[in-house]
Amino acid sequence: MTFPWLTFLGLVPLVGAAVLCLPVKQIARGVGMVFALATALVGIGVAVLFSGGADLAEKAPWIPTFGAWWAVGLDGMSLVMVLLTVLLVPVVLLAEWKLPGRGRWTPQAFVALVLALESMSVFVFLAQDVLLFYLFFEATLIPMYFLIGGFGGPRRSYAAVKFLLFSLAGGLVMLVSVIGLYAVSVQLTGAPTYLLDELMKLQIDPMLARWLMVGFLFAFVVKAPMVPVHTWLPTAAEEATPGTSVLLVGILDKIGTFGMIKFCLWLFPEASTWVAPAMVVLALISILYGAVGAIGSKNLLRLVAYTSISHFGFMVLGIYTFTSAGISGSIFYMVNHGFSTAALFLVIGFLISRRGSAMVTDFGGVQKLAPVLAGVFLMAGLSGLALPGMSSFVSEFMVLAGTWARQPGVAAVAVIGTVLAAVYILRMYQRTMTGPVSEDVARTFTTDATAREKWVAAPVLAVILLLGFVPNLALSVIEPVAQTTMSHVGVTDPVAPLGEEAK
Amino acid sequence: MNAITAPTFEWLQLAPILTVLLAACIGIGIEAALPRRWRFVSQVLLFELAIGVAFVLLVMSWLSPKDNLGLMAMNSISLDGPSYLMWGALLVFGLLSMLVFAERDLNDGASSFAASAASVPGSAAETEASLARHEHSEVFPLALFSLTGMMVFVAANDLLTAFVALEVMSLPLYLLSGMARRRRLLSQEAALKYFLLGALSSAFFLFGMALTYGFTGSFDYGRISDAIADPVYGRGLLYTGMAFLAIGLLFKIGAVPFHNWVPDVYVGAPTPVTGFMAICTKLAAVGATVRIFYVGFGGERWAWQPLVAVVAVITMAIGVVVALTQSDMKRLLAYSSISHAGFILVAVVGATAGVTGQMNSFGSILFYLVAYGFATVAAFAIVTMVRNQAGEVHEISGWAGLGRKSPLLAGIFAVLMLSFAGIPLTGGFIGKWAVFSAAWRGGYAWLVLAAVAFSLVAAYVYLRVIVLMFFAEPADGVVVGRASGMTWVPVALGALASVYLGLFPGPLLDLVTSASTFLR
Repeated sequence: MTFPWLTFLGLVPLVGAAVLCLPVKQIARGVGMVFALATALVGIGVAVLFSGGADLAEKAPWIPTFGAWWAVGLDGMSLVMVLLTVLLVPVVLLAEWKLPGRGRWTPQAFVALVLALESMSVFVFLAQDVLLFYLFFEATLIPMYFLIGGFGGPRRSYAAVKFLLFSLAGGLVMLVSVIGLYAVSVQLTGAPTYLLDELMKLQIDPMLARWLMVGFLFAFVVKAPMVPVHTWLPTAAEEATPGTSVLLVGILDKIGTFGMIKFCLWLFPEASTWVAPAMVVLALISILYGAVGAIGSKNLLRLVAYTSISHFGFMVLGIYTFTSAGISGSIFYMVNHGFSTAALFLVIGFLISRRGSAMVTDFGGVQKLAPVLAGVFLMAGLSGLALPGMSSFVSEFMVLAGTWARQPGVAAVAVIGTVLAAVYILRMYQRTMTGPVSEDVARTFTTDATAREKWVAAPVLAVILLLGFVPNLALSVIEPVAQTTMSHVGVTDPVAPLGEEAK
Repeated sequence: MNAITAPTFEWLQLAPILTVLLAACIGIGIEAALPRRWRFVSQVLLFELAIGVAFVLLVMSWLSPKDNLGLMAMNSISLDGPSYLMWGALLVFGLLSMLVFAERDLNDGASSFAASAASVPGSAAETEASLARHEHSEVFPLALFSLTGMMVFVAANDLLTAFVALEVMSLPLYLLSGMARRRRLLSQEAALKYFLLGALSSAFFLFGMALTYGFTGSFDYGRISDAIADPVYGRGLLYTGMAFLAIGLLFKIGAVPFHNWVPDVYVGAPTPVTGFMAICTKLAAVGATVRIFYVGFGGERWAWQPLVAVVAVITMAIGVVVALTQSDMKRLLAYSSISHAGFILVAVVGATAGVTGQMNSFGSILFYLVAYGFATVAAFAIVTMVRNQAGEVHEISGWAGLGRKSPLLAGIFAVLMLSFAGIPLTGGFIGKWAVFSAAWRGGYAWLVLAAVAFSLVAAYVYLRVIVLMFFAEPADGVVVGRASGMTWVPVALGALASVYLGLFPGPLLDLVTSASTFLR
């Protein structure tokens, strides 16, 4: 029996969370950071093992009556998502180092909740069993709920409840499909099973498959958030601390797009092609609506939340146009978006901690007082608008190229989103960083970026640039997943219209 | 002349019931014989011992290589897998909820029961009794009698035995409901209401028995089933009988539209008794319903399934929607218990039979009840601990900020709420999964959809409590009472079991699915 690396990876932060339940007030942050870094190290170790070709899958019976297994495994897509998670958590902990506690909601509780959330997210990405996935999918809601409700702005309690109710609604609809899968597996094979690879072999009745797929998809659409079920995200992002928002938007929401590929496309390929036109339309609406919402936002945190809705539209578009470039681009987009949103949220967090407000109008001329902060903010913003050289450019281009090959008209509409991205990012930069320095800004921006803040920004920006210049680091593990998905769904890449003309 | 054969009685196999019954009788003797100051202590020791011994006897009989299954006591008791499991659950939850009866640290050395239940509230006699520190230690034998009735009720193999058991189970509960130390008028009103409505429902049950007898010529479940397969008369008689029996049973389960007694009785009764009723009565009533309808009326399932499905939907709907508007914790838990009755009925409707290694209706119902039971026992025990000057604080607003006053207790209560709501990693989730899958496989996918929708509303109900405990400013004058182990043991066990059943439900699921075949 080889060492269960994947389970170990998920358990390290959970142990950290348990340790933090002990009274370790003074050193709580340090302890949390040690566990977060240890997790990151194990995560990198797992990546090395994976690229070395090791078979890390684990499988043990868990609830035999339900056909559920403790089955965790790794493929290119889950690997990049796990790496995103384990790398972002230490950054978030460092960024929220100075988080003031409130009553029982001490910094220690924050660190413990973040670690618990990390553990559950890792298991979500690793799960190879549908029930196990569902369990952790729902379980992530609890720590996130307390993170929003315990450590946010004045309307945090409302935001937390809104977040939880939306997610639970999606999750419960998915539960119907999960139960349906159980019934189907019993009916078709005589014994219940929830193992993903066994379910993928089932020949489910097409009509039923569509219904079951819709159940899964509904949960993922709420999670990813797509218009019109996106309203919880701006509220949550506005009220939560920036660190929490990074975890929420950067990691948890990715479960939505991750799930679309892993569960909708893999389990119900025929049904997924059936629903594709509707999803493409929804994606376009999200892209444009998110962008317009971002342009109209007066609150910086809300603004970033809306840009994310737009970006999630791109990811969904890449998935549901069924080209290998689109799907790889979409998975790569999940990673890049994680880092670029993290950069934006965290820098905005630094700005808010000085100014005490998140309103765009309360800023102005900051770059004269805090040039380093402004520079970092600009870099993060440019990553958000997918400037060439930044990693997000590669993924956005791949998604658009894939879409163009299949549906040029759709790609043409989606491109408007990239134009609007330039508008919202540059306008945000212009209105907060340039212009005359107001009295309040001069009074509050007394220091430029501190050493801690630089240490927060540096690794994130480094990853963005690294993946921008050497995207193959990630694409080489992502592309096989896209290929398998394509062949499983039974579609081939269309020959690009341009290529045909060239013949 | 025919020889008269002596009735047989399987003493050994029925020992668990007899132990509880005997302890109840001894308890009465204690009341008569021992001086007042010894009674309480000896009653507590007695019931703990009796239930412990009964449980050990049950397990021994279950594990013994000899085949102990079969019809007992002249075919009036069916000792099969479901009976064993139901008895085990009843004993465990009976013990846990009766421990809370014995708590005296919260109330300045007195129990939650009236000093002198027979005296007029506010009268001189009452004051005298409470100054003399009298207390009703009869509550323990009463609860044991009730427990005996429940154990017979779930295992009864004919309607007559079931009816007697129903009454043995109910009568002590009517009395117990009226014995609250505080808010005595409310408590007495609750007892009277419970008694009148309970008597009415018993009358329905009795009438249903008579009509069913008219159709089938027997009280025996097996013979009823045979007669349904080979009918002599028109089915009108049978359907009317079935409907009346169902009314009697649904009343005890607390299903809409026979639920009106639940909130008032739950609020008026002493909280430990409410806990006892919320889980043990529900277990017994659901167990008996499942047996009567699966074994006796299984052949007519197409006739009752749609009706029960409708009852399940309105029960869930009324339970969760009305729970939304409650401002009293015990009332909220009462409506929550009504909604859980609805979720259980969802599985009853499914009526899927057992295949080895797969979920079936009975298994899912019992798992749900166990998960619900642990959470319920602990939740009502916690209600006794949140107090102010006037006793327990039932207004939900008084629970505000409990997370700051006692993070441990509020944390436990939050776990229980999550289990009630069916959030993963708690037993409640696995229970929900099980009952929904039973309904789906029984061909009631639409019922699963409805149940899921109501689960969401239910989640909001429980979430409100969590929000209030953790995110609201603490309420004035409300403290967490220092309770003894009598309260803490059920609280701790309930919370641990809720989490354990969410993480490792395998063993219990195997048990409830492997032993789910009814004998007749």
